[in-house]
Amino acid sequence: MDAYFFWLFTVGMLLGAVAVVLNRSPVASALSLAFTIASMAGLFVLLHAFFLAAIQIIVYLGAVMVLFLFIIMLLDLKAEEARSFKPFSLAAGLALAGFVGWRFFFHVLGEDGRRPMASLPQPAANDIPAIGNLLFTKYILPFEATSVLLLAAMIGVVLLSKKDLK
Amino acid sequence: MELLTLNHYLGAAGALFLIGLAGVVIRRDLIAIYMCLEMMLNAANLTLVAFSRFNGALDGQILVFFTITVAAAEVAVGLALIVALYRLRQTTKAEDLTTLKF
Repeated sequence: MDAYFFWLFTVGMLLGAVAVVLNRSPVASALSLAFTIASMAGLFVLLHAFFLAAIQIIVYLGAVMVLFLFIIMLLDLKAEEARSFKPFSLAAGLALAGFVGWRFFFHVLGEDGRRPMASLPQPAANDIPAIGNLLFTKYILPFEATSVLLLAAMIGVVLLSKKDLK
Repeated sequence: MELLTLNHYLGAAGALFLIGLAGVVIRRDLIAIYMCLEMMLNAANLTLVAFSRFNGALDGQILVFFTITVAAAEVAVGLALIVALYRLRQTTKAEDLTTLKF
């Protein structure tokens, strides 16, 4: 049963990703990316990471993608008339992806990863208490640092969007 | 249908990363490049969650939690930069920004 959902989500995710690269209209690209992210949330559920699946939907789909669409509408970006890939950058992109992919699929993926996931011990169905515990004990310093980062990002955005940068 | 293994998830994440990598090099619109970057970040998240499940430790998931937080902040700042750039130059094309080109 898991395998069917895995292939469904993976194929959806990768088709969405290809559509992001190939679509001429930025809005269509953004919606394809939203589809990719939603499919990935499905993969998180298959991996028993329920909290992260929820976060993925709320933060990525709810906040980040809306921000992308908002900026696209704000700048009123039009679709490109013709697909304007430069032959050189097309060749460079495919060559780079091909090289990294060759290294990844033939040299990184190994025997260790062949053990079936189903044979692993099942984690608790409710993973939020465990994650909360880790977050507020072992990872309390990064957690606090994140709040400083968010504050810095907020101040930076306000400063950047002022009418006249001095 | 064969049983799912760690390699299945890593392969899916690797393929997503490669599509994002190719997109960053191929596309010339700043917003599109940015979306491809987000895709690569997501692929890395998927590997972390897969390893976390495989090792039975939640630490990987905590790292993904931080990655998502940082990515949200990064998107806000990056898009503000793109808007500031658009105000200055009326363009979001990467090839129009050649001030630093030698």
